Amino acid sequence: MNARVTAGFLPLLDSAILVAARQKGFAADEGIDLALVRENSWASIRDRLAVGHFDVAHMLAPMPIAHNLGLAPLAARTIVPMALGLGGNAVTVSLPLWDAMRAHGATDDFDPAATGAALRAAIAEGQRPRFAVVHPHSGHNYELRYWLAACGIAPDADVEIVVVPPPLMSDALAAGRIDGYCVGEPWNTAAVAKGVGRIVTTKAAIWHSSPEKVLGVAAGWAEANPDALAALLRALYRAAVWCGEAGNREELAAMLAAPDHVGAPAEWLLPALTGRIAAAAGETAAVPDFFVPQAKAATFPWKSHALWFYSQMVRWGQVAASARNASVARETYRPDLYRAALKPLGVALPGANAKVEGALTAATPVGSAGASLVLGPDGFFDGRIFDPERLDQYLTSF
Amino acid sequence: MSAAAVKILIIDENRIRAAIIEEGLREAGHAAVTVIHDVAGIARRIADEQPDVIVIDLENPNRDMLESMFQLTRAVKRPIAMFVDRSDSASIEAAVEAGVSAYVVDGLRKERVKPILDMAISRFNAFSRMARELDEARTELESRKLIEKAKGILMKSRGLSEEAAYALLRRTAMNQNRKIAEIAQSLITAASLLGPGDGT
Repeated sequence: MNARVTAGFLPLLDSAILVAARQKGFAADEGIDLALVRENSWASIRDRLAVGHFDVAHMLAPMPIAHNLGLAPLAARTIVPMALGLGGNAVTVSLPLWDAMRAHGATDDFDPAATGAALRAAIAEGQRPRFAVVHPHSGHNYELRYWLAACGIAPDADVEIVVVPPPLMSDALAAGRIDGYCVGEPWNTAAVAKGVGRIVTTKAAIWHSSPEKVLGVAAGWAEANPDALAALLRALYRAAVWCGEAGNREELAAMLAAPDHVGAPAEWLLPALTGRIAAAAGETAAVPDFFVPQAKAATFPWKSHALWFYSQMVRWGQVAASARNASVARETYRPDLYRAALKPLGVALPGANAKVEGALTAATPVGSAGASLVLGPDGFFDGRIFDPERLDQYLTSF
Repeated sequence: MSAAAVKILIIDENRIRAAIIEEGLREAGHAAVTVIHDVAGIARRIADEQPDVIVIDLENPNRDMLESMFQLTRAVKRPIAMFVDRSDSASIEAAVEAGVSAYVVDGLRKERVKPILDMAISRFNAFSRMARELDEARTELESRKLIEKAKGILMKSRGLSEEAAYALLRRTAMNQNRKIAEIAQSLITAASLLGPGDGT
């Protein structure tokens, strides 16, 4: 194998697997000359994938689904043969909003139910906070809305949700243009480091072991280059293993800190990698599975993840519910390509393509091909369960 | 509706590039061109201007924000699509290549928009070329200054004529397969380390 693959990415912690695949030589070992191109917006990632500047890209998990559903302008047909980790986001609020929430009993343990109830009480006093997310088709938008709605806050009425680019979030918060946001690291820690915001809850607390970024691949490129794609997936898998090893965290943080990659201080990147998150300066607490690059099948493209994102697109009026649309979402994710590519590595692979999300309350060994595999816990904070076999029932339950 | 009636909004943080595009569009007979450099308060501006075509540089980090605004808010009365015609892939490729993205209100005819997009693409390319040339000119000027300084050091420390000093720099550069300016820079650095007077 000898192929050049060009990948677009955004300056976020969860570009780690792509960056490590190149920097630690995992791509080269598979005969892949992996070129990484840093971009400024998801729109640019989408456009440059569409015109063939990029073969693959670091993408928000719902983006490829939105592409295939025709919700994005100028998008190429996009497939997801691999995920790029679980978790990694948090919700940060301004100091004035935190004061209001604290007055209403917000706790400082990232508990989504307690902070959500406090936010609801603050809103009842007449506030209408403005929250920012990174994109309409993002895990951030859906988990923020999920959290708010489960706490009795109507995302389209009680708060305003706008879009702001991740690196500009903390400045927008400091300037008072927004009151809170949901973003990937290091852009929550950035607000804490600058003393302009407080982390109130995390993606891992809202939905444990939940999907975030994926490898989006132009379908045409994947069809024309199956061997290069398989080699790339093996390289990324090995890079994910490396990223998940505790002994590599310092090196990974330093690598990501470089101006060509995330371009932020290494000390802003370490909290997500160690899972020790500072809600405010000096208030550090452990968040189990804050960001999981490889363990718990973190790179497996579960069709149940695709269908959950689809369910939220329907829930928030982005797309109509139909059997055809559900099928488009389901077929966007390609666990078959993942399995075929990784088979030669002899690693633990899930036997199923989908699972019931939220069913595991503890880490559970599951049936897998080859070596043993542990999944979960994967619960939603409100105790709901998403069974992809009962999609329609889930859709009508909101 | 005459050609001049198409309302165009240019969003570009780079004032020079924005001016170049604006000038091109005005020369082509488009009188209704508005330029903004800062996306703060953009929803209000778009609501006020009601543009038919929005041109923005591809690298602008606020494109996700703009696109979500086009999709969601009441700021824009008519739906906005990206580019004119998805089937016109050559045009789209040229635009992305040049670093232009354009949003067009639904229903505006392709013949009306294509010349505007083509103009934006050619002006973006012209700007990139100009920026590159300016960069090269600046590098060239810096190189000349370094070589002059290095020649001076050699003339003073080794009693060489100007021609001999230059010939020595050039020969060294050729032997080491490096640029003369790089050799000059090394010499200046070395001289400043070795002793007062000869260096900077």
